[in-house]
Amino acid sequence: MSETLAELVRGLAAGQYSSVELVDASLGRIRRHADLNAFITVDEEAARAAAAAADQARAAGATGLLLGVPFAHKDIFCTAGMRTTCASRMLAGFVAPYDATVVARLRAHGAVTMGKTNMDEFAMGSSNETSYFGPVRNPWDRARVPGGSSGGSAAAVAAGLVPAATGTDTGGSIRQPAAFCGITGLKPSYGRVSRYGLIAFASSLDQAGPMARSAEDCAYVLAAMAGFDERDATASERPVDDYVGALSGDLAGLRIGVVREHFGAGLDGAIGSAILAALAEFERLGATLVDVSLPNSAASLPCYYVLAPAEASSNLARYDGVRYGYRATGYRDLEDMYKKTRGEGFGAEVKRRIMIGTYALSSGYYDAYYLKALKLRRLVADDFAAAFAQCDLIAGPTAPTTAFALGAKMDDPVSMYMNDIYTIPVNLAGLPALSMPAGFVGGLPVGLQLVGRYLDEARLLRAAHRYQQATDWHRRVPPLS
Amino acid sequence: MNQKDIEKIAHLARLDVSEQECVSYAEDLSRILGLIEQMNAIATEHVAPMAQPETTALRFREDAVTMNGDPDRLLALAPACAHGLYLVPRVIE
Repeated sequence: MSETLAELVRGLAAGQYSSVELVDASLGRIRRHADLNAFITVDEEAARAAAAAADQARAAGATGLLLGVPFAHKDIFCTAGMRTTCASRMLAGFVAPYDATVVARLRAHGAVTMGKTNMDEFAMGSSNETSYFGPVRNPWDRARVPGGSSGGSAAAVAAGLVPAATGTDTGGSIRQPAAFCGITGLKPSYGRVSRYGLIAFASSLDQAGPMARSAEDCAYVLAAMAGFDERDATASERPVDDYVGALSGDLAGLRIGVVREHFGAGLDGAIGSAILAALAEFERLGATLVDVSLPNSAASLPCYYVLAPAEASSNLARYDGVRYGYRATGYRDLEDMYKKTRGEGFGAEVKRRIMIGTYALSSGYYDAYYLKALKLRRLVADDFAAAFAQCDLIAGPTAPTTAFALGAKMDDPVSMYMNDIYTIPVNLAGLPALSMPAGFVGGLPVGLQLVGRYLDEARLLRAAHRYQQATDWHRRVPPLS
Repeated sequence: MNQKDIEKIAHLARLDVSEQECVSYAEDLSRILGLIEQMNAIATEHVAPMAQPETTALRFREDAVTMNGDPDRLLALAPACAHGLYLVPRVIE
């Protein structure tokens, strides 16, 4: 399945194939490439039934934006009737009593849910190696990681198991795996997509978004996902743009800011060259490049590793072995039950982050850590505001390296955290950003990051779409049988 | 950070951590705190804290029930329940 989602939408509408045929092809590929470990749960029966229903609806005259298209959800979105594990032992048998708003909306637009994709446990990780269900393998090189935390979704799309999937992005978890797997992934503005039913990691940073082959595909999926939801107190009430309609148009007059700080030490030189070549292509397409600076960018990483764990330590306090999820056996009393349940139910990285957050929020340390980080967050957001006075989009590398070997960074959490150095500032500021394929280094995909102004997803997608009309990096597929 | 610090934090976070784990967590958390200390390189005396992206003002809603209670379905998710109640170890003797 190397077609893009947009092509499948048109093929279904033209009657070239049925949804049942597409879903069967998807199931066949999921089975054949099970060694990628991209899925935690697949429900063949439910997918076939939904496909048959979509074909019937179409025959009766129905048209849905994604009617009959095979689709997968990161296993962080609650799905009624299908288990939601967050890749944790804590929730290994959990079946949510309701659908996340994102899941309900995509289904209402006709998407057929194939299953739930693997991820880092509770979305904490950049390599998909912290999953209780084992690591995902990169379809371009099975000895390498797919990135994380949305690594299962990225690998599933790259390997053509499904044309598109949802991801979530707290510090780069859509964009970095999209870069490592050679697909297009969009983190929308904070508040653009509902977080209701998305298992919380860091509530002021979490955002759900589409992962697919192309920017056009992301426009289709975002159109189905986005919009106000009264069940998310931080959902934006501003009207949603016509993302698909906004794809047409040229780039004349577009000013792209190039961040000086993102081409310094730490960036693989060959990636830097690929990114500069992509920027030259944007110039040929009519855009103007301007130098911009994000002077506090380097402080983003330490700032994030206070704020995200602090919020996580609060959010994950709910896993106590009482109302749902895992409960340990052989405890002495209530406190011992809590401790054993949480000690056995969470993996090492989740525990590290809960402890960092607990420490940062504990009596006597609040000002030095949490308050300091909140102030740095404003400086980072102000940097973006100043840069956007000179440009319409900001461009640079998504990640400092290409996909690394499985196991290479598991012993050193700080070197793992460095993966997200270019993506984290965007979450702190709440802005929209995407990663798209922009070349190869050593046979592995390179991702270009584009950042937009708040709620300016339409412009972001148009620029990426125009680039993808002129290049074919997003068309490259890994050599799979 | 030493083993004692980890024991204290793990207790606050209600995490059971073995002695062996304490050693490796002490090392990991020390490294992470080393990263976090880099925050001090930037002066922030007159900067107002920012807790979340400042987009729209938080909304109020009517104080009304918006979900249908379905106690049996929710209780069915619990590791242990009986007579419509969650079961936990005895806390009052």
